[in-house]
Amino acid sequence: MTTTVFLQLVTNGIAQGAMYGLIAVGYTMVYGIIQLINFAHGEFFMFGGFGALAVYLWIPPVQHLPLLAALPIMLVGGMIASVVIAVLAERFAYRPLRNAPRLAPLITAIGVSILLQQLVFLWYPQPGGGKVQVGVNAPVQFPTFAGKPFHLGGVLIQRANLLTVIVAFLCMAYLAYFVAKTRTGRAMQATAQDPDTARLMGINTDKVIVVAFVLGAAFAAVASITYGLRFGQVSYDMGFSAGLKAFTAAVLGGIGNIYGAMVGGLVLGIAEQVTTGVLANYHATQQWGTAWQDVWAFLLLIIVLLVRPQGLLGERVADRA
Amino acid sequence: MALLEVRDLHVAYGKIEAVKGISFEVEQGQVVTLIGTNGAGKTTTLRTISGLLRPAAGRIMFDGKTIQNTPAHQIVSMGLAHSPEGRHIFPRMTIEENLLLGAYLRKDAAGIAEDVSNAYSMFPILGERRSQAAGTLSGGEQQMLAMARALMCRPRLLMLDEPSMGLSPIMMKQIMDTITQLKSSGTTILLVEQNAQAALSLADQGHVLEVGRIALSGRGADLLHDEQVRKTYLGEE
Ligand SMILES: Nc1ncnc2c1ncn2[C@@H]1O[C@H](COP(=O)(O)OP(=O)(O)O)[C@@H](O)[C@H]1O
Ligand SMILES: [Mg+2]
Repeated sequence: MTTTVFLQLVTNGIAQGAMYGLIAVGYTMVYGIIQLINFAHGEFFMFGGFGALAVYLWIPPVQHLPLLAALPIMLVGGMIASVVIAVLAERFAYRPLRNAPRLAPLITAIGVSILLQQLVFLWYPQPGGGKVQVGVNAPVQFPTFAGKPFHLGGVLIQRANLLTVIVAFLCMAYLAYFVAKTRTGRAMQATAQDPDTARLMGINTDKVIVVAFVLGAAFAAVASITYGLRFGQVSYDMGFSAGLKAFTAAVLGGIGNIYGAMVGGLVLGIAEQVTTGVLANYHATQQWGTAWQDVWAFLLLIIVLLVRPQGLLGERVADRA
Repeated sequence: MALLEVRDLHVAYGKIEAVKGISFEVEQGQVVTLIGTNGAGKTTTLRTISGLLRPAAGRIMFDGKTIQNTPAHQIVSMGLAHSPEGRHIFPRMTIEENLLLGAYLRKDAAGIAEDVSNAYSMFPILGERRSQAAGTLSGGEQQMLAMARALMCRPRLLMLDEPSMGLSPIMMKQIMDTITQLKSSGTTILLVEQNAQAALSLADQGHVLEVGRIALSGRGADLLHDEQVRKTYLGEE
């Protein structure tokens, strides 16, 4: 294996990991505030891709724009789809269970996840024919960049990968600013640290929780569009595996920590690409390559948690009862 | 009309009733104290007044308005501040950020800055450590911060839940001196204490809670000399 091949794997891993990180932020913010593992977050992610695609397909002028110019418009559609679904799920599925035993919202989240998958599976209109087709089993095609990838040394950089890393960076910079500098961001930190006392400060914690869901869903929509651009397709069940990986990334980075989510995503993305790529490169180990990708991802999680139970950037949660 | 009026308040945790029908008032400018042994229902009472718990029955009026169904964050905006038992400062935020959260509902930047510097002159140690994470403060310093933070909303009624809990005698005295200072500057205070001696000596009015009921009420000074109170709460034989 040459250095170039290795760097190529790392490069691909960074793009994949940045996408995991963007999704992981939503898991970690919601968990940090209400200790809910929102299993439906993967579906918020999936909705973002379909929302963006809907704008692309159903507003024909958008298709005639250069893709880079069409993307911001698609992003609006994607964000609306994700955010609306997230707000509805929070309001009608999770909020009524705020004071219920922890298992109840967890099971509900799994229910919401299945419901949302099936909604898209059954109702999303196939492109081309105006007719609604029952059971959109096949992935739906997503627009991709036409141009050739860039060369850096011997390493190929796909346009979609480059864009993924740039938007992930911008999103994280915005989030850092939001949490540290804005009034709502500080309210969010206070609510995560001590919800009752936050209320005694005059913070409407119900509103803060909605903001966490909205931000998480908006980031997931961004991630979903990068997924579509990179793989050229979206599918009703894409949220399952991406969501699971992103959740792994959130735990790996230290659940509750927003920077940890991105670090965890990058570590997971790189590790996944490098392990499978290296193994697949040699005849003797070939069989443990790509097919075993998920095994390596979760093995990494187990090893990290054995050594650092609080995750890479996690804090020991001693001050939380 | 009293600033705070609690009428026949009942509060339950599931089926267990922790507060079983208590009534009392706090007049503008007064210091009123609730004393009683552990588990008497003092904290439950304060948490219900500030909206963190909902009463099973009864009525809470603040400034003439019924508040027992008002969300906690709106009760603060009416001018009722609550410094909770166990201090509950935000450990991973700096001292200054903690103070600013106390002023979360205020929009007057100049007034807030002035109150922050007042807090630092009242508790110089907080000023010296303003950029330090609040979790690194000692218990007494955290109590100072909790009180200063509660004052940041310029409350019309300040509720303090066991401010002297777990403090060294010197620290305890300093906290009690601060409460005396607040009293003389006209702050209305509802003080919950296990340190009955200190609380009764500065309170205008005192109520003794026993397993969810008010067993005895009176002027602070009178209760301090009441034989029953001295026996039960001041450890005299
Ligand atoms: N969260 C809770 N759940 C169930 N019971 C509680 C809870 N908090 C307090 N209690 C009970 O309510 C009673 C009053 O407690 P509390 O108001 O904390 O008393 P105090 O502040 O006077 O020590 C006690 O019997 C206590 O065990
Ligand atoms: Mg108590």
